[in-house]
Amino acid sequence: MTGLLTILILLGITIAIWQMVKIFDLTQTNRDKSQVATDKDNSVNGYLMLAFLGFIYLITIISFALWGDLPLVSNSASEHGPEIDRLMIITMFVIFVVQTITQFLLHYFAFKYKGEKGKKALFYADNDKLEFIWTIIPVIALAGLIMYGLFTWNDIMLIDEEEDPLVVELYAQQFNWKARYAGKDNVLGKANVRLINLDNANILGLDESDPYAEDDIITTELHLPVGKPILFKMRSQDVLHSAYMPHFRAQMNCVPGMITQFSFTPTITTEEMRLNPEIYDKVSNINKIRNNKSKKLQAKGEEPLDRYEFDYLLLCNKICGKSHYNMQMKIIVENEEDYNEWLKEQRLFKNSLVQN
Amino acid sequence: MSVHAETHTHEEHHDHHHKETFVTKYIFSQDHKMIAKQYLVTGLIMGIIGILMSLLMRMQIAWPEEPNIIFKALLGKWAEGGVMDADIYLALVTIHGTIMVFFVLTAGLSGTFSNLLIPLQIGARDMASGFLNMISYWMFFVSSVLMVISLFVEAGPAAAGWTIYPPLSALPLAQGGSGAGMTLWLVSMAIFIASSLLGSLNYIVTVLNLRTKGMSMTRLPLTIWAFFITAVIGVISFPVLLSAALLLIMDRSFGTSFFLSDIFIQGEVLHYQGGSPVLFEHLFWFLGHPEVYIVLLPALGITSEVIATNSRKPIFGYRAMVASIIAIAFLSTIVWGHHMFISGMNPFLGSVFTFTTLLIAIPSAVKAFNYITTLWKGNLQLNPAMLFSIGLVSTFITGGLTGIILGDSALDINVHDTYFVVAHFHLVMGISALYGLFAGVYHWFPKMFGRMLNKNLGYIHFWVTAVCAYGVFFPMHFIGMAGLPRRYYTNSNFPLFDDTQNVQVLITVFALVAGLVQLVFLYNFIHSMFYGKKAEQNPWRSNTLEWTAPVEHMHGNWPGQIPHVHRWAYDYSKPGQDDDFVPQNIPLKKGEEELQH
Repeated sequence: MTGLLTILILLGITIAIWQMVKIFDLTQTNRDKSQVATDKDNSVNGYLMLAFLGFIYLITIISFALWGDLPLVSNSASEHGPEIDRLMIITMFVIFVVQTITQFLLHYFAFKYKGEKGKKALFYADNDKLEFIWTIIPVIALAGLIMYGLFTWNDIMLIDEEEDPLVVELYAQQFNWKARYAGKDNVLGKANVRLINLDNANILGLDESDPYAEDDIITTELHLPVGKPILFKMRSQDVLHSAYMPHFRAQMNCVPGMITQFSFTPTITTEEMRLNPEIYDKVSNINKIRNNKSKKLQAKGEEPLDRYEFDYLLLCNKICGKSHYNMQMKIIVENEEDYNEWLKEQRLFKNSLVQN
Repeated sequence: MSVHAETHTHEEHHDHHHKETFVTKYIFSQDHKMIAKQYLVTGLIMGIIGILMSLLMRMQIAWPEEPNIIFKALLGKWAEGGVMDADIYLALVTIHGTIMVFFVLTAGLSGTFSNLLIPLQIGARDMASGFLNMISYWMFFVSSVLMVISLFVEAGPAAAGWTIYPPLSALPLAQGGSGAGMTLWLVSMAIFIASSLLGSLNYIVTVLNLRTKGMSMTRLPLTIWAFFITAVIGVISFPVLLSAALLLIMDRSFGTSFFLSDIFIQGEVLHYQGGSPVLFEHLFWFLGHPEVYIVLLPALGITSEVIATNSRKPIFGYRAMVASIIAIAFLSTIVWGHHMFISGMNPFLGSVFTFTTLLIAIPSAVKAFNYITTLWKGNLQLNPAMLFSIGLVSTFITGGLTGIILGDSALDINVHDTYFVVAHFHLVMGISALYGLFAGVYHWFPKMFGRMLNKNLGYIHFWVTAVCAYGVFFPMHFIGMAGLPRRYYTNSNFPLFDDTQNVQVLITVFALVAGLVQLVFLYNFIHSMFYGKKAEQNPWRSNTLEWTAPVEHMHGNWPGQIPHVHRWAYDYSKPGQDDDFVPQNIPLKKGEEELQH
């Protein structure tokens, strides 16, 4: 149905354009066949330039008004998150100012100086002072942004081992995620995909002879204790994947053949986040959208959609094959007791092996 | 140089006595003007395929999993019952990117206008080697054909993204498209690179050696500077991609382990050991980033020429424009790591690449300000080419500014590989370069085909495209910042993103209208080629040498002697002159001083 509608609309637009073409062609048969812009063309297009400037401003305003709540620049759930958000907002502000001014000058000049017969342009080829000014202004602005950015980057990427972070492995494969906790010793057992043995359920290729591996715990859901630094070690068994945790402002590729790492401290539990007014509104809005969709589905005799409840997510963000679009893992941030309780219920690696 | 030019004249006169056959004139031509047209037409055909693919993707994203007659008609077995297959979606992503970046915006843009304009604007009879030039085109043609053939492979075309990162691209077990489809992709690209190198070497040699008398480097039009520097970065960076492609072929077919290590897939351990996919990323982006400027610089060169001519003013800050082209080219070769901030490479390297990347904003800003100042107090002739050039500056600014976010490693963490990136690069290099291509076609159509394009169709083409370009890519930033990853076949598995879906639909509607309005251009192009108004010799009243050549194409470009050059290309509205333009071949008047530029 949508397909048919699309085709009809496209057909309609084609005809409209075709008609416009015809009209334009008819109006110009008698006079002006040179195909070079006349004063009238300059005037019309000059005003259109001004209108287009309005359009750029309008689409900016509309975007911010309608979708301004979409960008992830607040409510980050990690310790370093607010730093990134602040830098993002400052950069966006700088960009916004530059964009507004330069687009104005460009389009306004295109309107103001639209050509007229007999007018002569100003012969103005060079001005070292001006050139210097608009070299030095970006230099200063960028120097500030670069410094700020690099401090933030180093803060995030330098991993402080003295903080005694909780070590967790994120393991990627087509097309799902697993997490491996290091257990009591907080040291991940050695592992290599060559040691994978599906017969005894050693699915992540842990070294069964390594004592550190014995108390490792493999799960399909990621639970994190709030307020504790986490050091993620990423591994992939087949192709490139990327562990993307947008709410924590965290991302790192998973590369077969090497171990990559990223560290952050979660600061807000899943429960707390669900009660955050902004997140609450967002979720209600999404559920409204889902309800409308469900009604349509039910009218067609199909299953309605599930209600959406907020959860942190780990998404794959590097093209990895057919089901890339559905490679996700739920992340649950909870207080330390709940976390420990959950962890206790999980099976240790040495107990998870199947003995044949 | 001048001596060379004079003797050349003599030889060329001889040539005219030889009868040309249909084959030597239209197919295996060694004439740069014909080769330019061949590049343009091939590029446009590839462009139609590439744009059509993007529309299929947009429809899929807006209305996922719904049967669509268009899918059924165009995708055949990949859309059983009209529902698009997930694999073919990734293939569309991949081939759309490859075709647009390489086949349309590299070969179609640079190939067309470098070939057309280098000899004509520097005052040469032809390229340094017409034969190599012909070979270059035909290799491009073969690679285009191979790329199109790869669409019809049984297991599907390459589908690992245009960046073809291994192991995904190396292992048919990982993805159907990594079989024969990827082999064809690699072979096609290898031939493409060879073609591009032959072309680039030819451009460099021609610019350096065949300039007419008086055409010093500092009198070159900015178009030529742009084409020349583009060719230089092409020669520096394309061979690195070739080596990456060859090593990947080795890994795929001969069991080497350059990029692969420790892989367990579909229940078996593969033998690869010791390679690294990150190495491939380095090699790929060593070309991949300069490639952005290989695409963009020619467009900026064309824009400089078109804006100056139509403003009836000299381009503001000629020296600064040349310097910024060179600065951008240099910097472009040392920033590739900003595509890899989160690839697992050392974070310190990330800091270095952040620094070099943000430096590029400086010459870019200089260029933007110089364009704006060129408009100031001009007498703007708003021809379609001029509109596209102003449009280019607009999208170049909008798209370029978000580069400050993406180039900043700390900010890149959260927007890397989201729709924010898609919005950024489409505006700054996709749309901008496409506008450059259109500006070039509208401006030099009379030179290429001896006829004028219909301007009113041009106006419709520009305005609808301009509105749609912003309509498509401006809102896209917002869904990207919401954390929506690109290259997802559908987002319906993530209720989290349900509130972005209406934006997706809006974007698709704009995209479809933009796609449709290109038909106006296509009609205009084909119709005007045969029935357009006959062009005058210098319709835009321009200063550069190509407009001193006769409208009817001839071997050797000019009858008799090659014009000599006495001034730079931007003496528009110069005080003390009768007319508002003084072509480069007009000697200085008595007492007239050439501007120190």
